Amino acid sequence: MPTLIDRNGPRQDHWSCFQDAQAGAAPPAPGAQLILSLAQWKLHAQALLAAGARLGICLEPAEGPEEIAGLLDRVELLAVRFPAFTDGRGYSSARLLRQRYGWTGELRAVGDVLRDQMFYLARCGFDTFDLADGESVQAALAAFGDFTETYQAAADRGPLFRRRAQPTAPVASR
Amino acid sequence: MYIYDEIDQALVDERVAQFRDQTQRFLTGQLSEDNFRPLRLQNGLYIQKHAPMLRVAIPYGLLASRQLRKLSAIASKYDRGYGHFSTRQNIQFNWPALERVPDILAELATVQMHAIQTSGNCIRNITTDQFAGVAPDEVTNPLVWAELMRQWSTFHPEFAFLPRKFKIAISGSLQDRAAVLVHDIGLLAVTGETGETGFRVIVGGGLGRTPMVGHVINEFVAWPHLLTYLEAILRVYNRHGRRDNKYKARIKILVKDRTPAVFAQEVQAEWEHLRDGTSTVTAEELERIRGRFTRPAYRTLPGTDAYIDTMRAGQPAFARWLERNVHAHRVPGYSCVTLSLKKTGVPPGDVTAEQMQGIADLADEYSFGELRVTHEQNLVFADVETRRLHSLWQAVRELGLATPNIGLLTNIISCPGGDFCSLANAVSIPVADAITRRFDDLDYLYDIGEIDVNISGCINACGHHHVGHIGILGVDKAGEEWYQITVGGRQGNDAKIGRIIGRSVARNEVAEVVSRLIDVYLERRDEAHERFIDVVDRLGLEPFKERVYAHLD
Repeated sequence: MPTLIDRNGPRQDHWSCFQDAQAGAAPPAPGAQLILSLAQWKLHAQALLAAGARLGICLEPAEGPEEIAGLLDRVELLAVRFPAFTDGRGYSSARLLRQRYGWTGELRAVGDVLRDQMFYLARCGFDTFDLADGESVQAALAAFGDFTETYQAAADRGPLFRRRAQPTAPVASR
Repeated sequence: MYIYDEIDQALVDERVAQFRDQTQRFLTGQLSEDNFRPLRLQNGLYIQKHAPMLRVAIPYGLLASRQLRKLSAIASKYDRGYGHFSTRQNIQFNWPALERVPDILAELATVQMHAIQTSGNCIRNITTDQFAGVAPDEVTNPLVWAELMRQWSTFHPEFAFLPRKFKIAISGSLQDRAAVLVHDIGLLAVTGETGETGFRVIVGGGLGRTPMVGHVINEFVAWPHLLTYLEAILRVYNRHGRRDNKYKARIKILVKDRTPAVFAQEVQAEWEHLRDGTSTVTAEELERIRGRFTRPAYRTLPGTDAYIDTMRAGQPAFARWLERNVHAHRVPGYSCVTLSLKKTGVPPGDVTAEQMQGIADLADEYSFGELRVTHEQNLVFADVETRRLHSLWQAVRELGLATPNIGLLTNIISCPGGDFCSLANAVSIPVADAITRRFDDLDYLYDIGEIDVNISGCINACGHHHVGHIGILGVDKAGEEWYQITVGGRQGNDAKIGRIIGRSVARNEVAEVVSRLIDVYLERRDEAHERFIDVVDRLGLEPFKERVYAHLD
């Protein structure tokens, strides 16, 4: 079973992935928390929302944040899937969601999520991490501290040179 | 030299700790080979034919004598007593033991060096002109920009897992000496209409399997926008570059598929969101970086030197070295000197640990303790007093690094080839050696004049064969080594990809083929200063083809 963590430790996962087989079955209990693929969203979101479910969307690497920009006020969670940790498209998706589309809710990394990428994932704006099978929670948590500084801007902070120039002033992040 | 501050140092130290942990996990079976591979590559570590190969970064080719001494010590302690300078201004060690690589990286960190992002599908070492900062024709000193980009690209969280490797080169001069047209991104410094410095941005060049000259996608990006513009290019590539086929994953394929014009529009659209944002470069930051580069304390000297002129007149060997290996400097009384790593009998780019010590001593004595690595696999002392050239020449000769062949046929660019590299189809170094031996006569070499001969052991083109005036590519035919010959390639502002002249030839025929190409050139040139490449342009390939294959068939 994958383990869900945030920066502080393991987290209870209240969300489950919507299964296509659920579509024809009984409506979900009010308040059920379901993560849908983009394809599932298009087919079932309306009915599920009407039934009182709380919804999230999981993007595949090839699905751009542009495609869900208009849906953000109707979802409570966004996830981006990494089919392999070497597929880096999800990093761009995360930054765009955070920095261009203003998503402030939970942004979850799912799939081949490994400790060695924790630092980069967090910098790009992910705040929960569905660790791949066999990954150590403790090691993953430690990996957030792999580096004490960062040169370039990302979703978490501006570039080092702006922080050097104005150590206390907040930096508008774009 | 750029001198690290505490943050620069901390990041390199933390990287050593991170990689030590990763290596430990691999060795104890907690990290699979597949999962370790991308991590070790981003620390320059390949698993090669005989042993791992470690590629150490020499950012933009700039090296201090104390760093070279450390490389020498590493070559002696962890390797077999030598290193190989690559065409991307890095140094490679061919025999380190995997479990000792973290120790090597720790030693490198003590002299502000590392192997970060020297391989893998990420932004690689940023390369530039070996005469950066001292060339007379410079618009801006590219070292400052290269360091700015080094920091921006180091551990960039969004671009650590690109579709494929990504190489950036920058030229601060109008005369391109950094091969900017054959990089994923090439930057050429230009002065804008209002006198402001900016960069012409070239995208999608590259060698390898599908050689291409890059396309200009923006004639002028003003300097404050450099990083945001790069970020826009990288983001378009990261999102849309092909990931289904590693041979079609470089940005050049995306640019070609989209067309350069459409690609440029996509970059522009992305950039509109980023421009003037937080990554906009500030004058303060440029000044800060510039201030961390040591500056040579030049003396006030006359522009000409009677002593050197006398020695030149009296010693033809010295005169030849001055002609080929000494280059103009912007400060009167100073010269740039190339140390040739292309001596007959020595693999191109190879230096022994003893030579490294000797070179480091000479750098201290003659060139403010610094040197540069060139993409042609030679070394440069950038700040030598002209009046001391004769004594430097004598010292360099003793080290075997004074071969006066820069720009000439035996200044061969070559990858390590099948002797070392597991990717190679064929050997490179023995081929380079056979050619060098055939053209060992200096009078003949000088008569032939300027020509670039480049050799790659496989289609990955680490030896830049496509842009050699004569290019030699090792290919595999049913388990045997064969060599494809191209003619007419070139680097620089008019970079071109060479054309194949015909069927591949056997290894023992390559030197003969080069001889025949040269024979045609010598017979057909109009005058001594018409170069090989000029004759190829004037006559086309036919006369060369005819001669090469007439008797070989």
